[in-house]
Amino acid sequence: MAAGGVSHLAENGRAKWAKVSHPPIDYQDLHYYAAPKKKPGPKSLEEVDPELLRTYEKLGIPLHEQAMLAGVELPEGETSRPPMAVDAVFDSVSVVTTFRKTLEEAGVIFCPISEAVRDHPELVRQYLGSVVPVGDNFYAALNSAVFTDGSFVFVPKGVRCPMELSTYFRINAKNTGQFERTLIVVEDGASVSYLEGCTAPMRDENQLHAAVVELVAMEDASIKYSTVQNWYPGDENGRGGIYNFVTKRGACRGARSKISWTQVETGSAITWKYPSCILQGEGSVGEFYSVAVTNNHQQADTGTKMIHIGRNTRSTIIAKTISAGQSDSTYRGLVRVLPKASGARNFTQCDSLLIGDQCGAHTVPYIENRNMGARIEHEATTSKISEDQLFYCRQRGLSEEDAVGLIVNGFCRDVLKELPMEFAVEAQKLLQISLEGSVG
Amino acid sequence: MTQFLDISGLCARIDADGQEKEILKGVDLSIPPGEVHAIMGPNGSGKSTLSYVLAGREDYEVTAGSVNFQGKDLLEMEPEERAAAGLFLAFQSPIELPGVNNANFLRTAVNAVRRARGQDELDAVTFLKTARAAAKELSMAPDMLKRNVNVGFSGGEKKRNEVLQMTLLEPSFAILDETDSGLDVDALRIVAEGVNRLRSPSFSALVITHHQRLLDYLVPDRIHVMAKGRIIHSGGPELAQQIDREGYTRFLAEAEAA
Ligand SMILES: Nc1ncnc2c1ncn2[C@@H]1O[C@H](COP(=O)(O)OP(=O)(O)OP(=O)(O)O)[C@@H](O)[C@H]1O
Ligand SMILES: [Mg+2]
Repeated sequence: MAAGGVSHLAENGRAKWAKVSHPPIDYQDLHYYAAPKKKPGPKSLEEVDPELLRTYEKLGIPLHEQAMLAGVELPEGETSRPPMAVDAVFDSVSVVTTFRKTLEEAGVIFCPISEAVRDHPELVRQYLGSVVPVGDNFYAALNSAVFTDGSFVFVPKGVRCPMELSTYFRINAKNTGQFERTLIVVEDGASVSYLEGCTAPMRDENQLHAAVVELVAMEDASIKYSTVQNWYPGDENGRGGIYNFVTKRGACRGARSKISWTQVETGSAITWKYPSCILQGEGSVGEFYSVAVTNNHQQADTGTKMIHIGRNTRSTIIAKTISAGQSDSTYRGLVRVLPKASGARNFTQCDSLLIGDQCGAHTVPYIENRNMGARIEHEATTSKISEDQLFYCRQRGLSEEDAVGLIVNGFCRDVLKELPMEFAVEAQKLLQISLEGSVG
Repeated sequence: MTQFLDISGLCARIDADGQEKEILKGVDLSIPPGEVHAIMGPNGSGKSTLSYVLAGREDYEVTAGSVNFQGKDLLEMEPEERAAAGLFLAFQSPIELPGVNNANFLRTAVNAVRRARGQDELDAVTFLKTARAAAKELSMAPDMLKRNVNVGFSGGEKKRNEVLQMTLLEPSFAILDETDSGLDVDALRIVAEGVNRLRSPSFSALVITHHQRLLDYLVPDRIHVMAKGRIIHSGGPELAQQIDREGYTRFLAEAEAA
């Protein structure tokens, strides 16, 4: 695997199409593996990096997850909350996986991918690289060559995963690239909801995050993959920040399978990612719900690819782009309908919201239709937060920042409502935090 | 001087496509505590502009004059500070906020002013109970609280929503800019009752209207006539009938002559 990756590194150019610019990255100067100093496997809350808990807290993941980590019972009246299992990846090493017991009883495997390679080699061998081939693109090749850890999920036939699964990524060490690898396989009639949260502390220099995520959904299986990405975006002058170059792809292999990507992207200096769905199975469904916020000097080029292969496949794309400061944001999406995909349907809606007059928003939809029976709809809007709206809110007592937060959240509602409850609430706060200082 | 709201010599202009346009040309107006005053006047005379300037809209530049509100220099305050201090404006054209849930908006607003006034915030349950009761008194359909702020509301529903906000924000001074326009007879009475319920020695209002009918329900203490950016005449509640009969011509002529 690794050797194949390295050879592809030389062959593949970096993404040339993306509307982002950055100084060349010295790949020889990066650290490809870094392990946290503290002994792995915290057994109680006290052993967990307080910085991590603070970040959790900001993301809202914390309250019940902190409790889970510490093995604390949920408070009275909160029994209805779905429990959540967490796998935290610090730099390159998976540090803690909670709740594995309960999951094991249900037959669900959720563990660091390094362990999966050891304990479930047949599964890993069968699926790893089957959705994102080693030579798919430069960053995927880089990841395939150097990844050391990440998460692995396997949900067997007919099992509804009894809890939300969550992975938490964090870049701690200096000059580290993070190249984690995620593989989720859901068998016939099974389902899982998976959440990924990402943060990094402030650093002056740019750090690279080049992950690969592969999803496989078999017949009647469903995977819901939600991301709240809050990597350090750099300071207001554009110094520092994460380069987030990620390859995420899901294969709907079985009939009526469904893969749904929901992402809230507020961080990173540069984001370059296109979570995609390959709709092979007849009647399979792909969904992409995205909120991308850029402020100051951030750049984001994100979107999705929906590849309709099977008959009666359906896809929905709802992308909300918010640009403030001098930032620049591009939605880039591909809807491809192959000749056999009769009855395929796609609906795409892209809305951009501009705050201030120095930012940019671009929508680049590619449509390749090779089946005349397919129905493809595309709607796009661009708007600004109006003075009228701001004044109306302020007249009712809201501060200017709260007013912007409220209006932006309203703008993103169609996407936020796809997130699991707790994350939706925290995503709202995150949106507001990332737009701080963008008006006035 | 009334020590409640005192506007004197207020001049304001707007930059309209690079040209300075003088709209308020020396407005003098005082409203004592507990009184309801009405402003009537021809279209384009500056009534809405006055309400915007009082509420702190930044597009208008105040070039002269002063506004004292309960002992404070109103013109120095941010719009949200004015709201916290008790000023409420029911907009002539309420603004739509797509995707923003009406109940959530109301609660955010109510808690923002409560915080600023040193009161405890209302939890979701208490708030919803209060809001539902208030909406019912205004004969609003229950689903109005669940819908997005003003989005797809009919003209009359928007106006009622403004009165609902006013009720919940408990202002000490409310400006109602043509809240009666576009209301059917029953709605007009309901809205007027909504305002009358708030009437107390610690609540004053400035009601901008074109119609005598609202003033029948909402008998004002004083009526002012505004024209060309000034208050040109003031009188008691009987003035409404006179205007209804004769129009503004006589007041305009008198003002010209003076
Ligand atoms: N933003 C603006 N740009 C240009 N002109 C403006 C602006 N705001 C107000 N005006 C002008 O100022 C004058 C007063 O407007 P205003 O809305 O205050 O009148 P009004 O008395 O409320 O009228 P109506 O009874 O029709 O509501 C009008 O001539 C209007 O065109
Ligand atoms: Mg008006």
